[in-house]
Amino acid sequence: MQRTASLVTKVFIQRDYSEGTVCRFQTKFPAELDNRVERALLEQTVKTLNSCYVEAEKVGGQSYLEGCLACATAYIVFLCMETRYEKVLKKISGYIQEQNEKIYAPRGLLLTDPIERGMRVVSFIQLLLHSLRTTNTSV
Amino acid sequence: MSAVMITRKVRKWEKLPGKNTFCCDGRVMMARQKGIFYLTLFLIIGTCSLFFAFECPYLAVHLSPAIPVFAVLLFLFVIAMLLRTSFSDPGVLPRALPEEANFIEMEIEAANGNVPSGQRPPPRIRNVQINNQIVKLKYCYTCKIFRPPRASHCSICDNCVDRFDHHCPWVGNCVGKRNYRYFYLFTLTLSLLTIYIFAFNIVHVVMRSVDQGFLNTLKETPGTVLEVLVCFFTLWSMVGLTGFHTYLISLNQTTNEDIKGSWSGKNRGQNPYSHKNIIKNCCEVLCGPTYPSVLDRRGLMQEDSPAAANSEGPCSFDNPVAQTTKTTAPLIPNEHTPDDVKPSIAAEKSSGPKDDQPPAAKLPPLASPETDAETSIAKNQ
Repeated sequence: MQRTASLVTKVFIQRDYSEGTVCRFQTKFPAELDNRVERALLEQTVKTLNSCYVEAEKVGGQSYLEGCLACATAYIVFLCMETRYEKVLKKISGYIQEQNEKIYAPRGLLLTDPIERGMRVVSFIQLLLHSLRTTNTSV
Repeated sequence: MSAVMITRKVRKWEKLPGKNTFCCDGRVMMARQKGIFYLTLFLIIGTCSLFFAFECPYLAVHLSPAIPVFAVLLFLFVIAMLLRTSFSDPGVLPRALPEEANFIEMEIEAANGNVPSGQRPPPRIRNVQINNQIVKLKYCYTCKIFRPPRASHCSICDNCVDRFDHHCPWVGNCVGKRNYRYFYLFTLTLSLLTIYIFAFNIVHVVMRSVDQGFLNTLKETPGTVLEVLVCFFTLWSMVGLTGFHTYLISLNQTTNEDIKGSWSGKNRGQNPYSHKNIIKNCCEVLCGPTYPSVLDRRGLMQEDSPAAANSEGPCSFDNPVAQTTKTTAPLIPNEHTPDDVKPSIAAEKSSGPKDDQPPAAKLPPLASPETDAETSIAKNQ
């Protein structure tokens, strides 16, 4: 019987409120991930996420159109139509999955989607596998 | 030595902390006290019914059929806005899970340094600079998060709400980021509806009195008196409220900020969220993106109830084959032990805003499914 245990620790990247209430995460590199992943890769991921959120929250022609159309139908249209924000969120979760497969999983990290944490943090789960004790031989 | 666990799937809304009530399997989210909301519904539907019953037939014939048609459309819009405001998630921020709460605690302790015993630790505040203005982010002891700018904790619903405006008993819900525009449209269209009904009541009474005399008119359409009374009192409050919120929107402020005087008086003109342009502010609030709810109300999670009690120490290593059950903690020394994680925690009462003790042992019920996710990742390695 193989006895293995995993130490799971979490590293959080917090929101960056310097530009107001728009959804943006800090690009500051957390010290705990120093020897786990290259800075450039992490920064690139966070920057891409930030740009996606900017696109979702952009107040422009498309959002006006969506808003006016929805208002004219007493917002019933939202029962059948996906909002732009929701479309971008789907895109983001696809991107995060891709990043996990390509970059983070091989390094023993797992990036969680901020929407699962109330858009407050981007969390990295660090997995360290090691075996406990020598009572049973592990395969 | 395996415990027999009965696993059942529950929706996440059943385990959400806070004092909300949920209907339609998590699709509808409201505050607990709904009495005044029912009163609002009753007044609107009652008054409009009287209008359609007494005034509309006469006006359709003697003036124009467009009058009742427009009244119906306006009435339906008002009800739609009211229900949308009342039933949607105002922008509730989910509470921090234990790891996040601990992470924040560690950051706070690191920032505070060593506080001599007997002395009060400094208040938990984080300063951020937004558009050259220092904004203080307060720590919420109930939700264990630093509240984002413009968020506030509603004590009635016991949730932190993003861009918190106020808790409105008339709609039976908080008004926040996600439902503010519906609330504003509700007040606006209700004002219009009230003015409309009031005006046409007067027109109707005048027209009929010319034919039949005033007293006979009142005898024939007794509903008119009631409608005029309700509309008269509603009118002043609704028009006033609409005007107030129009003012707030043009300055991109919330009721909460206005009451606290955050950006008035000596701080006037320093609102960092305002675009300094009325049109831009209105567009952002009313035509901005529709934010999705970050509370996953209808997601499924496992809930385990042990059928046979079996003491499991924190270091038991059960064969994974046995389980669809939760395997919290034993393999994860960092995390809480199984004893602490009880799936159906009777909603743990928050310890109040001035709690100095970070209650590390107390877990919000949402902790369980997340730990599941992590242990299953661990298990799969």
